[in-house]
Amino acid sequence: MTKEDIVAYVANLARIHISREEKEFLEGQLTKILDYIGKLKELDVEGVEPMSGFRLSHNITRDDVTKQSHVREDILRNAPNREGDYFKVPKVIE
Amino acid sequence: MKDLTVLTGSEIAQGIKDGSLNEEGVLSFFKARIEKKDTSLKSFVEVYDKPLEADGSSDLGGVPIAIKDNICIKGKKITCASKILASHVSVYDATVVERLKKTGLRIVGTANMDEFAFGSSTENSCYGPTKNPWDTSRVPGGSSGGSAAAVGARLVPFALGSDTGGSIRQPACFCGVVGFKPTYGRVSRYGLVAFGSSLDQIGPLTTNFIDCAHLLNIISGYDPKDSTSDMAESVDFTGALVDDVKNIRIGIPKEYFGEGLDGQVRQAINEAIEIFKKKGVQTVQVSLPHTEYAVATYYIVASSEASSNLQRFDGIRYGARCASGNLKEVYFASRGKGLGDESKRRIFLGTHSLSSGYYDAYYARALKVRTLIRRDFDEVFRNVDVVLTPTSPTPAFKIGEKVTDPLSMYLSDIYTISANLAGLPAVSVPCGFAKGNLPIGLQLIARAFDESTLIRLGFSYQRTTDFHKRIPSV
Repeated sequence: MTKEDIVAYVANLARIHISREEKEFLEGQLTKILDYIGKLKELDVEGVEPMSGFRLSHNITRDDVTKQSHVREDILRNAPNREGDYFKVPKVIE
Repeated sequence: MKDLTVLTGSEIAQGIKDGSLNEEGVLSFFKARIEKKDTSLKSFVEVYDKPLEADGSSDLGGVPIAIKDNICIKGKKITCASKILASHVSVYDATVVERLKKTGLRIVGTANMDEFAFGSSTENSCYGPTKNPWDTSRVPGGSSGGSAAAVGARLVPFALGSDTGGSIRQPACFCGVVGFKPTYGRVSRYGLVAFGSSLDQIGPLTTNFIDCAHLLNIISGYDPKDSTSDMAESVDFTGALVDDVKNIRIGIPKEYFGEGLDGQVRQAINEAIEIFKKKGVQTVQVSLPHTEYAVATYYIVASSEASSNLQRFDGIRYGARCASGNLKEVYFASRGKGLGDESKRRIFLGTHSLSSGYYDAYYARALKVRTLIRRDFDEVFRNVDVVLTPTSPTPAFKIGEKVTDPLSMYLSDIYTISANLAGLPAVSVPCGFAKGNLPIGLQLIARAFDESTLIRLGFSYQRTTDFHKRIPSV
């Protein structure tokens, strides 16, 4: 994939609109950044365990007891658009 | 009213307790100071008309505190310095905020930051940059630049920030204050807006180690609402406030003193090492051979986690919604308009690193290199108790200097990133001034959950030096 294609491709995956100008400067910057992080390829990591977190040895669960968490009205007050007690969203199914 | 800027937060609290100061007087002193100084510094996003009410008492009761604008305070705006959250109101208190309120601290407002904590200069804020109180043409560092500038200028005695790759320590260094990143898991992340969930920690910015130890006591400890918080017995960090560092073994890693380190910074660090030696520590040259891969590893891991965490900002349940039209159009327009340049760069980098066909070469490989970086520290900590490095290769840089070159900005975090990748506690301590009165900081990194040794060293160092007592004349 060329660098132009990469920016358009990830912008689509990430669901972010970018202008033509933004696309141009992001291409230059991302190319430099990708070149830099490419230096990890120098290392031999054969047989090395990946480290993704610190406390993955067991699952942590809580008792299944009903309790008050947040207040519905407080949450809905932050909604960009609502109708009564519902979030109002764009049509999902055509 | 007496000049409170020369007192520690603990001394102010003591004064309130014994009646020599009164709480309302303290609050109005700092409020007046904010009003006078912050029009030029812009360290705050919002200053509340009245500090928030707080029950309970503690060794810091009654003292004002600022909170980075990515930590939830119920009923108050939380914006992460992003347009997409500009009108968002927190539905709940972060666990750290709950604890501050229960111990009598008075939250006065929210501090500026790089958008979603992406940055090292606080220039990536939708409110505009915060200025360094030592030189207003320079950045305060970032991403907790508002917190660091406010404490540096003594607009508040202390503040909370968050640190994913150096975001407490580097701005603390640039503003001449103490910035402490606890061990991953020491402090609950509940109510901290997630950036890199395997890296983020909340921590204090203070002028001194006494306040630092007291604040750590308040905010640390297991929280059922954050399953990555550690269940270990809580520690009284004030027990480490002892001026005795004899026989502590300090490792000096050669990789942190190479090319790119400013000469004045190098000299200040060497002088600090001499002070520690005089106080009886033993120093040893050590090596952390994978250091040169830390920045690359970090930007893959942190951006991948960020791209995932920021999916929630889509204009559907909260945040600004742009465009009508169909669902896809709303996503594209809301995120395109609501997110700033650096947020887009990080999301693109993370999305790319996680995408099919690139995952193994970038994300999967970075996790393995992360293991190698942690092993370097495991190895070194078999022989030494603490690692000492510069916090930043240079003092504060000029506003605008690095903003068009993101890679050079990323490289300014070169010394702080490894502690996050390895999950270790680390602190920046003021240790000198470069030309132009620009603060210099040294960094101490300890074994996981050994914050106490860092506090002991920092406290002892501040008993012998007075860099932390100088106040900028902004």
